[in-house]
Amino acid sequence: MEATYAFCVGVLTTCGFFLVLRGRTFTVVMGLTLLSYAVNLFLFASGRLKLDGAAVLGQSSEYSDPLPQALVLTAIVIGFAMTAFLVILAMRSRADQGNDHVDGQIPAKPTKSVAQSKRNS
Amino acid sequence: MNLLWVVLLPLIGTLVPLLTARFGRSVCAFSVAVLPAWSLTLALMYAGDIFDGQTIRQSIEWIPIMGLDLSFRLDGLSLLFLLLILGIGLLVILYARYYLSEKDSMGRFYAYLMLFMTAMVGIVTSNNLLQLWMFWELTGISSFLLISFWSHKSEARKGARMALTVTGAGGLALLAGLLLIGNMVDSYDLDTVLANGELIRSHAHYPIALILILLGAFTKSAQFPFHFWLPHAMAAPTPVSAYLHSATMVKAGIFLMARFYPVLAGTDLWFLVVSLTGLTTLLLGAYIALFKHDLKGLLAYSTISHLGLITLLLGLNSDLAAVAAVFHIINHATFKASLFMAAGIIDHESGSRDMRKLNGLWKYMPYTATLAIVAALSMAGVPLLNGFLSKEMFFAETLNQSMLGSLSWMIPLLATVGAAFSVAYSLRFIHDVFFNGEPIDLPKTPKEPPRYMKVPVEILVTLCLLVGIFPAYVVGDLLSVASFSVLAHDVPVHSLSIWHGLNIPLLMSVLAMIGGITIYYNRRHLFQFQSHFDETDAKHVFEGAVQSLVTACQNVIKTLENGSLQRYISCLLVFTLAMAAFPLLDLTQNTGSRPQIPLDGVTITGAVLMILSAIATVIWHRRRFAALIFLSVVGLIVSLAFAQFSAPDLALTQLSVEIVTIILLLLALFFLPQSTLKESSPSRLSGDLLISGLIGCVIGTICYAMLTTPPNTISDFFIANSKTGGGGTNVVNVILVDFRGFDTLGEIVVLGIAALGIFKLIAKMRIFLPISDDRGRAWSNDPHPMMFETVSQSLLPLALLVSFYIFLRGHNVPGGGFIAGLITAVAIIQQYIAHGVLWIKPRINVDYQWVIASGILIATATGLGSWIFDRPFLTSWFDYVHLPWIGEFELASAMLFDVGVYLTVVGAVLLILANLGKLTTSERINTEENG
Repeated sequence: MEATYAFCVGVLTTCGFFLVLRGRTFTVVMGLTLLSYAVNLFLFASGRLKLDGAAVLGQSSEYSDPLPQALVLTAIVIGFAMTAFLVILAMRSRADQGNDHVDGQIPAKPTKSVAQSKRNS
Repeated sequence: MNLLWVVLLPLIGTLVPLLTARFGRSVCAFSVAVLPAWSLTLALMYAGDIFDGQTIRQSIEWIPIMGLDLSFRLDGLSLLFLLLILGIGLLVILYARYYLSEKDSMGRFYAYLMLFMTAMVGIVTSNNLLQLWMFWELTGISSFLLISFWSHKSEARKGARMALTVTGAGGLALLAGLLLIGNMVDSYDLDTVLANGELIRSHAHYPIALILILLGAFTKSAQFPFHFWLPHAMAAPTPVSAYLHSATMVKAGIFLMARFYPVLAGTDLWFLVVSLTGLTTLLLGAYIALFKHDLKGLLAYSTISHLGLITLLLGLNSDLAAVAAVFHIINHATFKASLFMAAGIIDHESGSRDMRKLNGLWKYMPYTATLAIVAALSMAGVPLLNGFLSKEMFFAETLNQSMLGSLSWMIPLLATVGAAFSVAYSLRFIHDVFFNGEPIDLPKTPKEPPRYMKVPVEILVTLCLLVGIFPAYVVGDLLSVASFSVLAHDVPVHSLSIWHGLNIPLLMSVLAMIGGITIYYNRRHLFQFQSHFDETDAKHVFEGAVQSLVTACQNVIKTLENGSLQRYISCLLVFTLAMAAFPLLDLTQNTGSRPQIPLDGVTITGAVLMILSAIATVIWHRRRFAALIFLSVVGLIVSLAFAQFSAPDLALTQLSVEIVTIILLLLALFFLPQSTLKESSPSRLSGDLLISGLIGCVIGTICYAMLTTPPNTISDFFIANSKTGGGGTNVVNVILVDFRGFDTLGEIVVLGIAALGIFKLIAKMRIFLPISDDRGRAWSNDPHPMMFETVSQSLLPLALLVSFYIFLRGHNVPGGGFIAGLITAVAIIQQYIAHGVLWIKPRINVDYQWVIASGILIATATGLGSWIFDRPFLTSWFDYVHLPWIGEFELASAMLFDVGVYLTVVGAVLLILANLGKLTTSERINTEENG
């Protein structure tokens, strides 16, 4: 079970970072959302995995660790606020700059097209 | 604590000129002089004790943990320097009163000067290495301000920058050296260091420490090859040159060598480095000085040469040479300061410093000329003047060494050559300026300066004569006590008299005189010879070096910081990877001893679904809507995972947040492009995949290692005290609202601030409202289907009831303010979706900012309430109440706190989503107008 869990966290991290490295705001927001899932799962894992052991007194014989849970709970809510802030910022950036690239402008391509057009002309 | 005041008075004096500058120049100069004069008096009051061989020490504790005390120490050497610094300082104050023009800001000048004086006084009286270094750096900074006083001149700025860079770099080397010394003796106390000379010299790090400290001293005292900054510092006003570059700042390096003489000197390394550097500087300075056409340039190189002489004396490792060095410090300060002042007078009254134009000034200013000639003769080492005495001692000492083995005869020979050049340039100063025909088109007709401008020169020249004629009476005692501090043992017998009989030093003096006159007489040939060399301007070389360094740095910055966020993130990730992955290489085993839970079918299914959805999100990330759906699948499975692994509160929170997040992203997607063009090249994609894949592996490995290690947690405390201390059985909730209530309070504040920030961002947004999706299909013409409206409307009371129930039970079973708030928010958002913003507006007419504010207010007030009962902030109270019909239930102050959390969450979520939703309607026009 632990290996599977860790593997999932790894995959979510990979996917999250890959999307964060893209150049458009919405994709980055999606990447960050994935990443925050990974982070929350990772933090939660610091309390170790336990089945049927909710930290409610009297409900089970052995309790899971409540402290990471409390921390992750607020992290989820704040994560939402941050995602919201970011996505609104992305919208604002598009409204003000006219594009949705993370740098606020679409980078000029120092590329073949120029060379080719020169050659053609 | 009088010694402390010696330093403090000049420091306070820094403020005086700023206050008195408005009352006129004489008042300002006079008021500035008061405090240093007082300080000098205080220092002189100790003279008796010092001459009795005592050392005065005073200290105040400053940062005891770091071994830093404000501690001061006054011995013979310090007293000698105090007299030079404060005495010549007072003369410079008087001189500057007449030198500065109406246009110069006198207050600023004097303030800098006093700051510099404080720093110098601090250096010579410090009894702590670090404190000494601090004052050392302060001289660098204040001299920078003084040299660049005429900051409108390019050469002043460049000269100041060069001086600061060279001496500042030397200062850093000095700091390293002092730290090494402090490390060796385990104390930064100067007394301790001076007492442990043997230990330091035999320490393995002695050569390093010595070289570092000498680097500091050589840069400050303009020794070869760091001499180049001094001539460029001549761009300073002449009073500054007279003060800094004759008597004080350049002598700081000499002082440092003298101060550490008992500790560092006496070894072969000291001899080789110090004496050879001194000799080179002596010869180089004397030679170049002859060719300078600028009066101050000549004096600057002459200063370099004389500093070289003192350094050479200190490097000879002989007691008598050290005495001679101390003596020459005094003599050089007096004649060179007066010469600089005379040069300033000539510049001031004739408008030029160029010796090719200045000729025959004797006719115009005979009085000043006499003074300058006497001082220059002292510089040349003519008998009956103080320069002669120390030069004789110097010659005698060069004969008294055999360090270079069979080549030792070269040192006296070269010393004589240097002295000959010194005679030659002194002659040039006298003959070229005051005689040699008529002045050539000077800007002004030269005349005698104002009466009091000559007073400082008179005093100094009188001193030159007095010391030169009655040496033993005038400076005998001072020289002995100062030499005693340098040597740290009894001063050898030395005779301060003019006539020692016919001996070799006298012969060397005569040779130097004849040689100097010959050189000057044949100067035309030398000048012609010299003109064959291309003169490299140190300023250009230095500025070029600095410029190329700056360009190189800018190139690095441009490469690293090219404005691309993607580049920054990649760099950050690669760096993180390097930092996190390397320690993992040492970890041979990543499986801990904790027993693992066996896999089951449901978990595998969930895991596979999650992985597939995550990968699908990546693969279809350019089709944003599809990607978003896959993303929501991942989120849902995460909440299931929380449920599976005994975290019901987390599962509930994640579920409701997931809904809100996806609705938010959908709304945002409405305004953003629905798809992404293919932009990244395959190589970039694979590169990014490699980086993120590696990071994923590292994180997964760490996660696995952590999961399989037995836990070491502080949670047992929370579990044990949850019921008895917090009154609830749901430990997670009790932690949130009780144990860690303060954290939660902070977090809801963050939530509220984020929501308000979003509100402001939305308020003035002028975003294009798409009329169709990206494939050109129009939106549905029935945005609010009746079925949906009816069902959601009837669901609302039920949803609110559920959220109320979740809220109430939160303290004991999964639930609580966060979750209840999210459920309420989702229920209301559903109404927004079903009916539209326009329909809701008249029905739920609540300002969500106020909801947030009241939530935070309630939570804070709950916390503050415990103060009424004399308890710490956020102490919770609970009790059990019995009501008929309902039965026993619990009342806790934590519930009230949870109400605050609930309101903040509801307010924040609705503020964000409702305002974003408003953008899709005609309402937004109003928003824009209002915003």
